[in-house]
Amino acid sequence: MITRGGEDGAVLLTISAAASPAMPTASDLGFLLHKHPDRAQSTEVFGGTAHVLWPQADEQRATAALLLDVDTAALQRSRGRGSTPEGFALADHVNDRPYAASSLLAVALGKVFRTALAGRCDARPELPGAALPLEVHVPSLVSRGGAALVRRLFEPLGWEVDAAAQPLDPHVPAWGDSRVVDTRLRGTLRLADALSQLYVLLPVLDDAKHYWVSADEVDKLVRAGGDWLPTHPDRDLVMTRYLRHQRSLVRDAVARLDDVEGLPLDTGDGAADKPTATATATGAGRPAPLAVLRREAVLAVLREAGAASVVDLGCGEGGLVRELLRDPRFTRVVGADVSARELDRAARRIGTDRLPDTVAARLELLQTSATYRDERLAGVDAVTLVEVVEHLDPPRLPALERSVFLHARPRTVVVTTPNAEHNVRYPGLAAGAFRHPDHRFEWTRAELAAWAEQVAERHGYAVDLRPVGDDDAEVGPPTQMAVFTRIEEAA
Amino acid sequence: MSERVLEVPDLSLVVLVGASGSGKSTFAAQHFGPFEVVSSDHCRGLVADDVNDQAATSDAFDVLHHIAGVRLRRGNLTVVDATNVQSDARRQLVALAREHDVLPVAVVLDLPERVCLERNAARPDRDFGAHVVKRHRDALRRSLRSLRREGFRTVHVLSSVEEMAAARVVRTPLRSDLRGDHGPFDVIGDVHGCRSELETLLGELGYAVTRDERGRPVDAAHPEGRRAVFLGDLVDRGPDTPGVLRLAMGMVEAGHALAVPGNHEAKLVRALDGRDVSVTHGLETTLAQIAAIEDDDERRAFRERVRAFADGLVSHLVLDGGKLVVAHAGLRESYHNRASGRVRSFALYGDTTGESDEFGLPVRLDWARDYRGSATVLYGHVPTPELEWVNGTLCLDTGVVFGGRLSALRWPERETVQVPAEAVHYEPVRPLVAEQPVRDDDDLALTDVVSVDGQGRGVETRLAGRVAVAAEQAAGALEVMSRFAVDPHLLWYLPATMAPAGGWAEAPDLLEHPQGAFEAYRKVGVTDLLCEEKHMGSRAVVLVARSREGLRPWSSAGGVVHTRTGRSFFGEELTVALLDGVRAAAERAGLWDELCGSPSSAAREEQWLLLDAELLPWSAKAEELLRGQYAAVGAAARAALPAAVVVLEQAAARGQDVGALLERTRRREVDAAAFTEAYRRYVWPTGVGEGRLDGVRLAPFQVLAAGTGGGAGTFGDRDHGWHLAVADRLVEADPQLFRTTRRLRVDAADAASCGAGTTWWTELTGAAGQWGEGMVVKPFAGAALRGPKGVVQPGMKVRGAEYLRLVYGPGYTRDLERLKQRQLGRKRSLALREHALGVESLARLADGEPLWRVHEAVFAVLALESEPVDPRL
Repeated sequence: MITRGGEDGAVLLTISAAASPAMPTASDLGFLLHKHPDRAQSTEVFGGTAHVLWPQADEQRATAALLLDVDTAALQRSRGRGSTPEGFALADHVNDRPYAASSLLAVALGKVFRTALAGRCDARPELPGAALPLEVHVPSLVSRGGAALVRRLFEPLGWEVDAAAQPLDPHVPAWGDSRVVDTRLRGTLRLADALSQLYVLLPVLDDAKHYWVSADEVDKLVRAGGDWLPTHPDRDLVMTRYLRHQRSLVRDAVARLDDVEGLPLDTGDGAADKPTATATATGAGRPAPLAVLRREAVLAVLREAGAASVVDLGCGEGGLVRELLRDPRFTRVVGADVSARELDRAARRIGTDRLPDTVAARLELLQTSATYRDERLAGVDAVTLVEVVEHLDPPRLPALERSVFLHARPRTVVVTTPNAEHNVRYPGLAAGAFRHPDHRFEWTRAELAAWAEQVAERHGYAVDLRPVGDDDAEVGPPTQMAVFTRIEEAA
Repeated sequence: MSERVLEVPDLSLVVLVGASGSGKSTFAAQHFGPFEVVSSDHCRGLVADDVNDQAATSDAFDVLHHIAGVRLRRGNLTVVDATNVQSDARRQLVALAREHDVLPVAVVLDLPERVCLERNAARPDRDFGAHVVKRHRDALRRSLRSLRREGFRTVHVLSSVEEMAAARVVRTPLRSDLRGDHGPFDVIGDVHGCRSELETLLGELGYAVTRDERGRPVDAAHPEGRRAVFLGDLVDRGPDTPGVLRLAMGMVEAGHALAVPGNHEAKLVRALDGRDVSVTHGLETTLAQIAAIEDDDERRAFRERVRAFADGLVSHLVLDGGKLVVAHAGLRESYHNRASGRVRSFALYGDTTGESDEFGLPVRLDWARDYRGSATVLYGHVPTPELEWVNGTLCLDTGVVFGGRLSALRWPERETVQVPAEAVHYEPVRPLVAEQPVRDDDDLALTDVVSVDGQGRGVETRLAGRVAVAAEQAAGALEVMSRFAVDPHLLWYLPATMAPAGGWAEAPDLLEHPQGAFEAYRKVGVTDLLCEEKHMGSRAVVLVARSREGLRPWSSAGGVVHTRTGRSFFGEELTVALLDGVRAAAERAGLWDELCGSPSSAAREEQWLLLDAELLPWSAKAEELLRGQYAAVGAAARAALPAAVVVLEQAAARGQDVGALLERTRRREVDAAAFTEAYRRYVWPTGVGEGRLDGVRLAPFQVLAAGTGGGAGTFGDRDHGWHLAVADRLVEADPQLFRTTRRLRVDAADAASCGAGTTWWTELTGAAGQWGEGMVVKPFAGAALRGPKGVVQPGMKVRGAEYLRLVYGPGYTRDLERLKQRQLGRKRSLALREHALGVESLARLADGEPLWRVHEAVFAVLALESEPVDPRL
């Protein structure tokens, strides 16, 4: 009866029930799960074969084991191109997925125990509604946030949690713990609740790409899982993580509000789930997010300078480009970025294929690099470098400087960059850490001033330094801006 | 009738002029190639499906002009087959020729009306009446006298059927075209009347000077037949312009020198012609010196000779197969071997804005900054304090007359020879300025690496011809190069990917086998092989200067250690420490002068070495990867599998049918443990996390290049034995930092030798308690080898069975049959193309080619790396 799966891996989850007044015969767990407690059964599921076994089933105690026989070849096929973590080409072939209890296991659980999950048991209609003494064992649960997060998510639901983080490699103690947490949950709950909690929380803990059958089903579950989720103290975290991989739009919406928001999501365990200074920036009554303030400040400078043609160098997803297009005084708007993917994203967000001809005629999106000289940038009125310089290694700054101030040589150059002094105002940010993992440096106000003055001196520009955002008396504004104006040679 | 020769410059726009029926197409077909002729009838057909559709004439000529224009831009002679009897039609063609700086030539077929009519009558598709031919003939006759005025430099008129039959087209090279002259040359910058310094320089260069009865130098010859090339501005400002001219003219007339004119010669000719020129900028000295020639006859003859000499000079010369271009003020690539007023003007006066600066001198545009041609351009005109190559161009005017130096460049050796001025002969109007603090001459342009029109590009390589780079590959590489790579001034080489060997039928349980590599090389006729231990670390390219001060301003560490995608391995501090170790070891091993050449002590600071190496341990650079990917697999497997085995055993004990699953799960447990063992072998503690280098090892295996500030050499022609011997000396000098690369030479034609190779590999990868990654099999003769059947793989990797778990997954050995079907062809092709690019970038570096040329090849390697090839290969 057992079909041959791949050679690659296996993931295990067991659910045990002890005899109790509500279910005096423990092996009746078979009725609840719709699986015969003396037989092993197999089901083809997404990513492999799910086996249900019964290592124990007697009066006192019954244990059902869900063993997912993972077929990595199938996984790779479904993943397709372009989803590998950056910089690791072998990620499709070397990863913990074949052993990790993650969304794959959740999907299998959802399929194999569908009826139990829905809280139906025709043979013993009294059982689904009854709270039973349950024990769940997930030996290879993967938690981004470690054992602490496992406890944080399950304890409020009434579980007694025994979570032991496993070392990455016992031979290399310096590496510390892995994300694998050997997890045992004990509690008296309705089986359907236990299953739905696992179904939602396994992927939330894993916090990686997962495989729902359809978006509808997810939404339904989130709403139905409403029995326990709405009152869960970490509801927001669950929702955020859950939706992040489900619908990239949600993530985009959040991340775009402020790039600082993007930070905790990218810097690894722990920091991820602490509220940050800006995490609530979306709420009503808060001042506008920094990204918006920055755009407004840059736009004001450009208007003040009377610039008609503007290159936004390092335009990213095109936030500033969109603002520029809204104002007809900017007759030529060039969004330039070194990343072709970012430009595609910008084109989508700007909706280039739906723009009216008159607007489209003002817009140009082009791939360029600030460290190569690009003739196409010459002759514009202004070049903006919004949160760009800090993404360049300092030795490459002179090349950027020459590209912009020597070759393109516009009348106005606007540079914005984080003010490192202000970082102490972000509680989520470790001391000395940067706001974004790709930042190569973050300057104090004095450092920006020193650089800007040298550049201005070398290339015949006047420079004016301005704050963006709340100009804190002690540590200055969150963003600092340098406005360069070309000194016109005497006629 | 005797032959009628029609001379046509090699590169020209030949405009046929003749009435309908005068036989233009027949004439064109007889005398020119089929692609050289662009006919208006054909273009009517292209746009309107009808060669006689007169309504399509305007569009047809658009197409005709476009085709002719593209051909001329590309340097192809083009013949326009249309009536061209209207001056307006010809004016457009003359403009087209000028736009591309080629000479317009008119060939007029002025045949009697009767002949034209008869020919038209014989053609069924020509149904227009006699009046058309008559109108054509009238227009033609009116045009005949004005053709030269219209701008045609050459006009040939054929007036009869007989003349046409007797015509023979002879193509004549342009006067600038001396591509057949291969030198060697000694190219000399602006002399400006400094005769004594010129004599000294010629002496330094090895020329023997001939003197007249009054002791004045009148010729100089080189015993080895080298010839001087004067870059113009022989005259004005200096103390003895007549003496310089006498010597230079004598050399040119005797065939011992070539010369191009400078702006000062051009002005002198006008002055000698009695034209009204302002006698300034040193012309006054020349005229005074000539006037001082006492003997009237001699003076008159001298003036005449000078005028004829200077007037006869061609504004630029293309020499040595097109590899060398000389012009007084330089020349942009599109003007090479072209002829027009603006080409001459550029060659004489340079690329000026037309404005004057505060000193009243013309404001010059820096054409050299944008120069991307393959020919070396040598020029003068602008006095510069130091000689400095800029994108394959070199200005040899070092201001001798202003008290600087007189400079020459030996070609093709590219060695410079300089002599100092004996005095400040003339006060400069503008001070000889020092180098600008921000230099931009060799700034890379975006168009050096990507096509802004979205097309792919190609890089010409000497090893494998043109290597294509698709637009999307370049786009990806642009991001990586811009955001992560080290400065291109320090990025001279990126290692190519390497293809794996296949298996061997007699060892079915191995995916890769030494015999697979031996066999592959045997097939292409290469049997002398070297097996090199393959270190499991991270590939590292080490550029190290002899001094920490070397390679400034691009590096403050005196070099760089970068990965195969061009990223610096370490931060500044560790890089300095590592490079200090390498340079000290190279010092102890005595490698510097041996590999870089023995230079003057000043250049010693500038010596550098470029090494290909493996940096160990793997965990030094890849710790994140090891923890996040490899160790994570082990941790998850250790948690999941034993628990699953227990559950399965219990279920089996209860009689459930799980035997196969249990067995499989136990196997997986074994495989996962083996996987963990496999990566642990390449992990050992280092101080990198704490900013220290202890534990870090470098295993160099190839000397890529070496040089000084001025020149470089590559070692692709040395065999791998030599390369590893150099590596051994580094190991000996610092056994702490360097690690040796074990090796075994194998004769692929000898079964016993191959067997020994297999044994060696087996021991290396597990059999003898050592767990190396595997080995690389290379042709012993070296990296740039072309085998009897073309370019061969520079190496093939044969990875150990246990190591391959890290690539193919813990349980790959149970899936061998499927994995053996893997396709290696694409990977091999990619490896060869990247290898050709790598060799190319080093060759360009060694040839002293400009940064953009080196970077173009380096960038292409990175671009090709994004080709979708199975990463496990």
